[in-house]
Amino acid sequence: MQFTSFNDFINMGGYGFYVWLSFGAAALILTLLTINSAMGHKQVINQIAKRKKREDKLREAKMLRQQQKEFSDKPLNEVTE
Amino acid sequence: MWKFLHPYANPETTYHFTNKLLPWLIALAALFLSIGLVWALLFAPADYQQGDSFRIFYVHVPAASLSMGIYVSMAIAALSSLVWQLKLADASAAAMAPVGAAFTAIALITGAAWGKPMWGTWWIWDARLTSELILLFLYLGVIALHNAFEDKNLAGKAAGILTLVGVINIPIIKYSVDWWNTLHQGSTVSKIGKPSMSLDMLWPFIFSFLGFSFLVGVIICLRFRNEILARNSIRPWVRELVEKSVVK
Repeated sequence: MQFTSFNDFINMGGYGFYVWLSFGAAALILTLLTINSAMGHKQVINQIAKRKKREDKLREAKMLRQQQKEFSDKPLNEVTE
Repeated sequence: MWKFLHPYANPETTYHFTNKLLPWLIALAALFLSIGLVWALLFAPADYQQGDSFRIFYVHVPAASLSMGIYVSMAIAALSSLVWQLKLADASAAAMAPVGAAFTAIALITGAAWGKPMWGTWWIWDARLTSELILLFLYLGVIALHNAFEDKNLAGKAAGILTLVGVINIPIIKYSVDWWNTLHQGSTVSKIGKPSMSLDMLWPFIFSFLGFSFLVGVIICLRFRNEILARNSIRPWVRELVEKSVVK
């Protein structure tokens, strides 16, 4: 152990500000990047889920439109029968 | 000889492999980083000239050498994507760029915080510092290009070309301290022959360097699997996986 007390350790022989600035900046940047990268997984999955929902809706609407079109294309007597 | 690699051209296989790799990398990173940093901050002896400010070394040097190492890996990925059209290589290059940018930023910030007490200035436009700053801009350019196009193949191609052009900067950073007169000191650890450093300073460095390297592995894997999912979003296996995890 190079330091005799906790204050000594924080002080870093007078270079405390620079040492802790370095370690602190590194810790902050790496923590933020790790959190961002880990949360990205859920974000991507939610994005794909949303996209799938929209595609399903579009497909449904298309089918509905087609059915209506078939219905309206039929001659009137067939419809009333 | 390289046949064992062939299944990993399949995104699904690689995705699952990455997932399996992650816990191991996290454990190794936590182990080596905690040993290395506690050793560096508490037990390594202070430098006879620089006192305790020398402890910045244990973040600054790993960050700086990883910033170059990640760039070289990214360039290899970019080259294999351009030559062999490996789509996963593009995904991995896109995953590496932000990690490299982060480590370059850390190298610059810790360098400034070390330069102020030792050289009397936060920043000087000398060869080593300027070329490292250019590395940061290269990374930012690559990230911007990856996000600039809706078509990820096109984006990968543009970013890959910039990456390969930028490789010229790597030897400039590495040898800047030999080629030009600079405030920055020459290399201590990776000297040919014996490193000019005492062993009780070198060991904590080896641990923290390995720790940071494993952490790079963790973050790249995390980003790589996101890239794989995003780029294969219309594949049935991704759709299945999404459905399973959304229902949960």
